Amino acid sequence: MTGTGGLVVVGASLAGLRAVEAARRTGYAGPITLIGAEEHLPYDRPPLSKAFLCGDAAEVTPFRSEQELRDDLGVDLVLGAPADGLYPAQQLVSVGDRQFEYDAAVIATGASPRRLPGADGVAGVHHLRTVDDATAIRDALDAGARTVVIGAGFIGSEVASAARKRGLSVHVVESLGLPLVRSIGAEVGSVCADLHVANGTDLRLGVGVSAVESSGGRVTGVRLDDGSVLPADLVVVGIGVQPATGWLEGSGVPLHERDRGVVCDATLWTGLPGVYAAGDVAHVANPLFDDELMRLEHWTNAAEQGAAASKHALDPASATPLAPVPYFWSDWYGRRIQFVGTPRADEVQVVATAGDAFTALYRRDDRIVGALTIDRPREIMKFRRRIAERGAFADAVEFATAS
Amino acid sequence: MRIVVDRDKCEGLGMCEAMAHEFFEVGEDGFVELLDERPAESHRQDIAAAVDACPVLALSLAD
Ligand SMILES: Cc1cc2nc3c(=O)[nH]c(=O)nc-3n(C[C@H](O)[C@H](O)[C@H](O)COP(=O)(O)OP(=O)(O)OC[C@H]3O[C@@H](n4cnc5c(N)ncnc54)[C@H](O)[C@@H]3O)c2cc1C
Ligand code: SF4
Repeated sequence: MTGTGGLVVVGASLAGLRAVEAARRTGYAGPITLIGAEEHLPYDRPPLSKAFLCGDAAEVTPFRSEQELRDDLGVDLVLGAPADGLYPAQQLVSVGDRQFEYDAAVIATGASPRRLPGADGVAGVHHLRTVDDATAIRDALDAGARTVVIGAGFIGSEVASAARKRGLSVHVVESLGLPLVRSIGAEVGSVCADLHVANGTDLRLGVGVSAVESSGGRVTGVRLDDGSVLPADLVVVGIGVQPATGWLEGSGVPLHERDRGVVCDATLWTGLPGVYAAGDVAHVANPLFDDELMRLEHWTNAAEQGAAASKHALDPASATPLAPVPYFWSDWYGRRIQFVGTPRADEVQVVATAGDAFTALYRRDDRIVGALTIDRPREIMKFRRRIAERGAFADAVEFATAS
Repeated sequence: MRIVVDRDKCEGLGMCEAMAHEFFEVGEDGFVELLDERPAESHRQDIAAAVDACPVLALSLAD
């Protein structure tokens, strides 16, 4: 047996790091163990598909140095070693033949990219989740790769944008007729899709991929189900992610039937004593939106939930429901896309377009529940506030039109 | 208490404004503007939350 109870955090990325920091900030002085599958110290992912790929940021620096983590925060780091089991009856997390006892545990294992069948192991085919992925993609872009992105989601779109910035030819292939429907709704998804076209990216909508073609183990192109072939030296697969919960199967931690994410209540509790979850891995009921169960893949969500999860796990009596307004941003072709709230709405109204800037508002009953802006950094948080206050849709429309 | 903004880092993501809009506002140019550079000590908790929420670590507090 290793460790003497205390707080065990599984997943050493944003949510896990915030869990550790918050535990110390609230004055917890007991042992903390941070277990991470990657060799790396916790680092920030959003720049991986932005500044890092464009060549504006040379390296990825960790959030905190090893010394800060070990000495200042008093964390036992277990890196490069995935947890492979959680045993609620014994309050243990296992990592190979090591076992870590916990009084409080935070599950923050995030999500891993969905794989494209038949493309694994082909050189030149990549996903984008880790710094190692990003380095490989950047090397290929440096070499002037003809690029095909499979999936017109946010991360794939940022990759396309980085490749265009370097003047490379890029195709984006999306099997759905409209992109981004799940994250921002159909109407606005098509407005974002137009940004690809306007910036010289070839966007193929409603076409599936039938095979990744290779020669000598290296990718040569992508065959589409209309029979055409897009030649490629670099293929980036961005078809979504899957919560990283394989290690929890059979543990008793409730997993969502659709995607196996961890199901929690609004305080991030899994229902097992002392076990809470945070970040991309977690489905959480949100009281602000009729208790809709949300699994978000957003930076701010992981940061907020990470901090709350360890506080609640260490002191369950103090746990209060979170009712956040989700927020994410994405940068395409030098344009800033920002979204707050939920896309699940009765109506989406495009309220203001001026030059290239754009605002759309999302209505549920007579409330405003979401807002998307392109290049309106001054307004987005004002909508967020209205959403948090359950403000009237009509007032938000008036505000958007006036500003 | 004094709020310090690293303008080279700020990307105008607006989390500071979300946490404490009395003190931070993102401007038209996409950078944060401080509405009060030397807020009263009584606001420390809100402002510290805003500083922590910045995704690019552009904010800090100096006493
Ligand atoms: C390229 C990219 C760009 C992004 N851009 C934006 C953006 O512009 N705006 C935005 O809002 N969000 C963005 N995001 C999303 C944001 O980065 C994520 O929401 C955030 O990283 C989630 O943090 P997390 O800690 O929950 O999970 P993750 O960051 O996925 O971390 C989970 C960690 O747990 C580890 N792990 C997995 N299984 C185990 C195990 N069994 N044992 C131990 N460790 C394990 C993983 O290796 C990983 O290090 C982006 C993400 C990516 C990948
Ligand atoms: S949260 Fe950070 S990046 Fe965003 S506006 Fe405030 S200071 Fe700038």
